[in-house]
Amino acid sequence: MSSVLINDLSLSFGEVNVLQNLDLEIGKGEFLVLLGSSGCGKSTLLNCIAGLLDITDGQIFINGRNVTWEQPKDRGIGMVFQSYALYPQMTVEGNLAFGLKNAGLPKDEIAKRIARAAEILHIEPLLKRKPAQLSGGQRQRVAIGRALVRDVDVFLFDEPLSNLDAKLRAELRVEIKRLHQQLENTTMIYVTHDQIEAMTLADRIAIMRGGAIQQLGDPATIYNKPVNKYVAGFIGSPSINFVEGEVHPNGVPYFKAGGFEVPLERYEFAGNGPEGGRASFGIRPEHVFMGRAAEGLPYQAETTVEVIEPMGADTLVWSRLHGHELRFRVDGQTSLSKGEVVPIGFDPARASLFDANTEARL
Amino acid sequence: MSNTGALNIAAAGADAAAQELAGPRGARPKRALSGRNIMIYGTLAVVSLYYLLPLYVMMVTSLKGMPEIRMGNIFAPPMEITFEPWVKAWATACTGLNCEGLSRGFWNSVRITVPSVFLSIAIASINGYALANWRFKGANLFFTILIVGAFIPYQVMLYPLVIILREMGLYGSLTGLVLVHSVFGMPILTLLFRNYFTSVPEELFKAARVDGAGFWGIYFKIMLPMSLPIFVVAMIIQITGIWNDFLFGVVYTKPDLYPMTVQLNNIVNSVQGVKEYNVNMAATIITGLVPLIVYFASGKLFVRGIAAGAVKG
Amino acid sequence: MAATRRPPTLFRNLNAKIAAIPMILTALVVFVGGTAWTVVYSFTNSRLLPREKFVGLDQYERLWSSNKWLISIENLFIYGICSLVLSLVIGFVLAALLDQKIRFENTFRTILLYPFALSFIVTGLVWQWILNPQFGIQAVVRSLGFESFSFDPLYNPDIVIYGILIAGLWQSTGLIMCLMLAGLRGIDEDIWKAARIDGIPMWKTYLFIVIPMMRPVFITTLVIIASGIVRVYDLVVAQTSGGPGISSEVPAKYVYDAMFLSQNLGQGFAGSTMMLLAVIIVIVPWAYLEFGGRKRHV
Repeated sequence: MSSVLINDLSLSFGEVNVLQNLDLEIGKGEFLVLLGSSGCGKSTLLNCIAGLLDITDGQIFINGRNVTWEQPKDRGIGMVFQSYALYPQMTVEGNLAFGLKNAGLPKDEIAKRIARAAEILHIEPLLKRKPAQLSGGQRQRVAIGRALVRDVDVFLFDEPLSNLDAKLRAELRVEIKRLHQQLENTTMIYVTHDQIEAMTLADRIAIMRGGAIQQLGDPATIYNKPVNKYVAGFIGSPSINFVEGEVHPNGVPYFKAGGFEVPLERYEFAGNGPEGGRASFGIRPEHVFMGRAAEGLPYQAETTVEVIEPMGADTLVWSRLHGHELRFRVDGQTSLSKGEVVPIGFDPARASLFDANTEARL
Repeated sequence: MSNTGALNIAAAGADAAAQELAGPRGARPKRALSGRNIMIYGTLAVVSLYYLLPLYVMMVTSLKGMPEIRMGNIFAPPMEITFEPWVKAWATACTGLNCEGLSRGFWNSVRITVPSVFLSIAIASINGYALANWRFKGANLFFTILIVGAFIPYQVMLYPLVIILREMGLYGSLTGLVLVHSVFGMPILTLLFRNYFTSVPEELFKAARVDGAGFWGIYFKIMLPMSLPIFVVAMIIQITGIWNDFLFGVVYTKPDLYPMTVQLNNIVNSVQGVKEYNVNMAATIITGLVPLIVYFASGKLFVRGIAAGAVKG
Repeated sequence: MAATRRPPTLFRNLNAKIAAIPMILTALVVFVGGTAWTVVYSFTNSRLLPREKFVGLDQYERLWSSNKWLISIENLFIYGICSLVLSLVIGFVLAALLDQKIRFENTFRTILLYPFALSFIVTGLVWQWILNPQFGIQAVVRSLGFESFSFDPLYNPDIVIYGILIAGLWQSTGLIMCLMLAGLRGIDEDIWKAARIDGIPMWKTYLFIVIPMMRPVFITTLVIIASGIVRVYDLVVAQTSGGPGISSEVPAKYVYDAMFLSQNLGQGFAGSTMMLLAVIIVIVPWAYLEFGGRKRHV
């Protein structure tokens, strides 16, 4: 039995279709990330799962139970918000207890649950303080605690780290991952626009755009075999290189864009083998090697360096190859100069081809 | 981790198919007439009725002839509509001193309000600008005194102002009243303008100074043109407040210079003998018309003005 | 190159200082000076004109033994407390209703707020008419068959202040509602969501979470209402002229009548000083809470 099942879900506000015919199945104990840029519908979907928004069509099942018409409190979920949403006038303990007291739980049960949550999240010394006296990271932990004490096994996270600075974000990211490992069988649905968070935390990622899921898969697949041009461009930093040209399928298939010709025999075509036509060729900067590392690779060429961006550990090089812009990464210690012509190479097996019209993976 | 997920999903595939059609689907059924909606709209409707009632009664009474009024039901719409009470209220109603109706009071009010609005806003906007952008010693102290002063009941300062105006030879004149209004309008308006000008990005101001502009130059060329909305809000506050004023009008002017509100009170409350209720109500409406028009025309800006100027008496 | 001497402090920002002269003058002469003057002269026996003869607390003794003054204080008290409580409650409830994402919100708000645009004189007169026993509410209800229905507060010395209260509430609740609505809109939407997930019913959310969060708004509103109540004058003049008899007198009217009608300036000064005292009692604790407290946090 899946933990969360979404069946043909749609949501419209008047004429505007915010979510369209979504199907999603999440396993028990899975960490699923909804990833996308603003306005793609990821937070909306989360709110629908939570029951805070009424859907226009479709069904939602949680732990096998149809909760499509249930109130949020009856769905067996806990939620953590971007702004933490802690009740400001109550102590941390009060915040954790309020919902439980309202549900009529006996005092010792409440105390037990609070103690357990406090221990897991390391917030025991904070119990008597008020939210205003806590740091951002501490507040976030209390917010998670509020969901923990509900004793549910589906947690919803709505961009919980977006309000924190980069360093704190990195720390809390790991803590969330550890928390997931510690709480077995707890399903976590996590919304973010940050692909690093998605890649590091997720068991599977659902990339969303315009209210529909573009690709659902584990991080490695999404990274290596993006299913369309949008996903390829969204994941990966620095972003993927694109070159527009044509696929010539007959004989030994190859991709041609002016002087740029890449043999495609090692490329894994989706569907029934190579099809001709206009296409976009994508190769990630980190898969393009320079100098000695390029020797032996199926595709080799010489490119002219235009701009160099040293970033410490790596250096990003902007170059021009047969009139096309090509970015690639080299070690931070390499010294290069503008105008220099350098040998580069890559393996087409690591590339991605997309149809020029449908933008789907070829 | 990912393995557990994949295994469970494969197994769930069959279950999902079976669950497909089971149970509720789509939007939660919502009756438009749900209990909650009835309570909300119902309450608001009843309350709105209570609020609209006086307006309705005013209108209706002012359009009836006296015999109809004597029949008793103030809520009944007029059987015969007559505008005579309106004409009478405007032109011939007696205020105890003369029988010229409200028309004199109307023009008095206009002659009081227009200069007062202009003067008080001019002073306050320059004050607010000086406070926001040009720091000088003691500025904050005087400003605090001003704000504290806004809470002091007018009655406390009433007589000293009489003395001051008498010394200046302005007691009993419209000019004196205009000055009084400007003085008492200062705290709120200065606060309003000061807060607005502080929110203008300082870079604009600094760039202008680098260009060589001085105090007045910046005010007229930069600050003024971009603060139109706040001027409108200030005008709304002042027009409403000054037009509706009674206390200052009755203390600082002579009877033939009384503003409309004072005249209205005289017409209604100082008449001996037969009370002409319809004329009274017509007069009341006419007096309330100007601020009401300002209110309805200004919509959201009025609400903004209130938030800023809510300390008005 | 020799450095030019900086102009003395007095001449810096000269234009700004000149521009601020009206404010400085007003603050000093009118607010500080005027208030001080009135307080000082309340210790004299001025009658038609101010006199310099100091008589100690004489005026205050006379004030507090005057029936008219005592009644006006009592009225102010009743009107004040009722007005405060009722307008806060009604204003908040209305704001909560309007906050429910309903249709016609603007229409409702326009209707509830328009009385605020009217003069107190207009309000007083129209409610005087509505409460008229011969033609107003009492007459209408009686004509519906309830022969013994009696509702003429304006002619009943014991409850006339409540008649004034009805009119006052009608005028000012709209304002309170607007302030409360602004406060409600400032509440983070996620708090509502969190409460829904926790399963807290709506009334509990309002009572235990939202209202405590709106404490600053409540306090500010309280101060605004309070400082307005002390000044109530026009409304009484229009609705009842202080009557029947002197049963709806209020301090502001007592002061005005003493100063300009009964040629008793001293009493007027004493009365207005008492009004000032009342305001200070309300404002000072609030100011200390608002501004004094902040310094301690830093």
